[in-house]
Amino acid sequence: MKYWFIILSLSILVVSCSKDENETSEDAYEPIPFALQIPEVFQQKLPSPLIPVSNPLTNEGVALGKKLFFDRILSANNSLACVSCHAPQKAFSDDRVLSLGVNGQPGSRHSMPLFNLAWNLDEKFFWDGHKFSLELQALEPVTQANELGNISWEDVEEKLQNHPEYPNLFNRAFGTATITKELVVKAIAQFERTLISGNSKFDQFTLGQVSLSPQEQNGLDVFMDETRGDCFHCHGNPNNPLWTDNKFHNNGLDATFSDLGLGGVTGDSNDDGKFKSPSLRNLQYTAPYMHDGRFATLDEVIDHYSEGLVNSPTIDPLMKKVDQGGVQLSAQDRADLKAFLLTLSDPEFVNNPAFQNQ
Amino acid sequence: MKLIKFFAFIFIGLGVLSCAEDNDDATPFVPTNVTTPMTSVDFKLSNDFDGTLVDNTNFTTLTLTNENGEVLRAERIRYLISKLELTSVETGTVYKLKDYNLLDISDETTYNFTSDIQIPLGNYKLSMVWGFNEEDNVDGVYVDLNAASWGWPQGLGGGYHFLQFDGKYNVDTASPMPFNFHNGTAKNAAGEFEQNFVTFAFDTDILIAGNTEIELKMNIAELFRNPNTWDLNVLDTPLMPNYTAQKMMQQNVASVFSIGTISNN
Ligand code: HEC
Ligand code: HEC
Repeated sequence: MKYWFIILSLSILVVSCSKDENETSEDAYEPIPFALQIPEVFQQKLPSPLIPVSNPLTNEGVALGKKLFFDRILSANNSLACVSCHAPQKAFSDDRVLSLGVNGQPGSRHSMPLFNLAWNLDEKFFWDGHKFSLELQALEPVTQANELGNISWEDVEEKLQNHPEYPNLFNRAFGTATITKELVVKAIAQFERTLISGNSKFDQFTLGQVSLSPQEQNGLDVFMDETRGDCFHCHGNPNNPLWTDNKFHNNGLDATFSDLGLGGVTGDSNDDGKFKSPSLRNLQYTAPYMHDGRFATLDEVIDHYSEGLVNSPTIDPLMKKVDQGGVQLSAQDRADLKAFLLTLSDPEFVNNPAFQNQ
Repeated sequence: MKLIKFFAFIFIGLGVLSCAEDNDDATPFVPTNVTTPMTSVDFKLSNDFDGTLVDNTNFTTLTLTNENGEVLRAERIRYLISKLELTSVETGTVYKLKDYNLLDISDETTYNFTSDIQIPLGNYKLSMVWGFNEEDNVDGVYVDLNAASWGWPQGLGGGYHFLQFDGKYNVDTASPMPFNFHNGTAKNAAGEFEQNFVTFAFDTDILIAGNTEIELKMNIAELFRNPNTWDLNVLDTPLMPNYTAQKMMQQNVASVFSIGTISNN
């Protein structure tokens, strides 16, 4: 046993020595830094994206993360991958009300779209914010019974280790062919940070390249008007092109809560029924809506805010005239609001070849 | 030889020039020798409601009674102060310590900040601006404030919020009501935008003796009291486009801040 250790450490020494001496050997491969393209609107309006120093983006890491994201090898019975519930054509969400896991059973929440995650500056992920950082987030679906359904991460590590390609790909990305769950989630997080959506019609409008129709312009006014939509306090504004505050609110869906949301995480009943404000980018591709996928269309969502608000102790004070169900937007304002919301969708993002499986 | 002298002359001249240029920059030139040691200055914002400390641990659970008698509960309190400057009592020199700070009551790390520059020890007076003044309240230019969704709608003059205070009042009754006490640029009846910031110039002499921390106190209750007694039953929401409400807020803000403890250790 002792000898084994000595041999191992010696060989590590040799390997690391050879690294220094022979730059062309495979062990010495230095991954190439990934050139992240930041949309012009983000460069103008937003702080830099969050890239942890412990996990810088590299071409090899991003490519490996992408391969893993699309690979069913991560699921217990090789039937599902991340992409099964996060499809590129759906802005990396799922059109099912509740996503189905490996066992064919639905989970308890609707899938979330994935984009601009490196600008979630609070780094609280999921509808209820229960995971801090993208790396930690990616640990979870692999062993969730209702998602990829593995009993343990060791099984996945072993499958990857015995795969003909993965050990070499990990070696090129991270300088070691020993595959661990930590490296798996690092690679996936690198790929996820490249999922940037910043070329919607509205982005082009901000850059002065196109103009809005009168209907879309009025929709923006409704969105920004405290007496009408007042959406901007939670869902961003032209100077916050993330179109979310990444904070948690109760937007008046229910009187009582079967899913406590943030309250289930903090244990504070003042947080019951609060969920993360989703970004309003790419709504064209992300139906159905809300944490439980209850609304099939944008019209239903707008009707909810306009006349369907339900009171509860934790309802956000930004929800007005709750006793009347809302501010009763006119039919014109509703139609215009919808037209504006659709200008936030980014066809280039959902069709980006870099994000498709090939 | 002549040439050398000529060059030396030019070089010395350049040196003098560049020194002079430095003097014109943000921080006035101050001789840094042993007799005038320099120090940075820490600020600490503490918030209370007529003496009851309000912070991240209790702000959603406290029930507060305002001047008009409504019982209320807060859900969000964020406010912006800017242009924190110390003016030397001895020399009259003005030091720009911090451009702005956005306080979020739910995040205690936003209660404290340190000056961007060092200043010589001495006696000073503090001044600052509630929100942004006209020159600084430029739409969309502060990326951190953009990401914090702190913008003020362009239809109301743009720029940034100064205050966002959301909560519910009449929480002692069966039907609590929401209020959104938001302050920023005011839009008057003619559709013109009126600046709505407040400049604070505190009278207190502040001794900066090294490792100084200045406590700034904000009494939230003053927002509802002085000089305008605020009736939330009438003015709860929406207040952003309400010119009268915006101007009343500006008046009431004038008495919310005071200087608390100044410590030098
Ligand atoms: C069976 C469907 C399913 C699979 C498979 C799945 N997810 Fe998800 N994903 C979801 C659902 C549902 C949520 C929201 C869950 C919640 O809030 O509790 C979610 C949330 C997320 C989020 C949070 C986004 C945000 O903005 O907070 C990320 C990131 C994510 N998934 C990445 C992944 C990755 C990476 C994989 C593969 C390792 C994966 N997902 C596999 C359904 C799935
Ligand atoms: C108080 C904050 C707040 C305000 C104001 C607000 N929302 Fe929301 N919005 C949320 C939250 C939180 C959710 C997610 C709720 C859930 O799933 O339980 C949400 C969900 C949505 C969704 C669904 C997105 C998706 O991907 O599922 C849309 C669309 C939407 N809001 C549009 C609007 C519009 C339009 C307005 C203005 C009329 C508005 N919101 C006002 C907080 C807010």
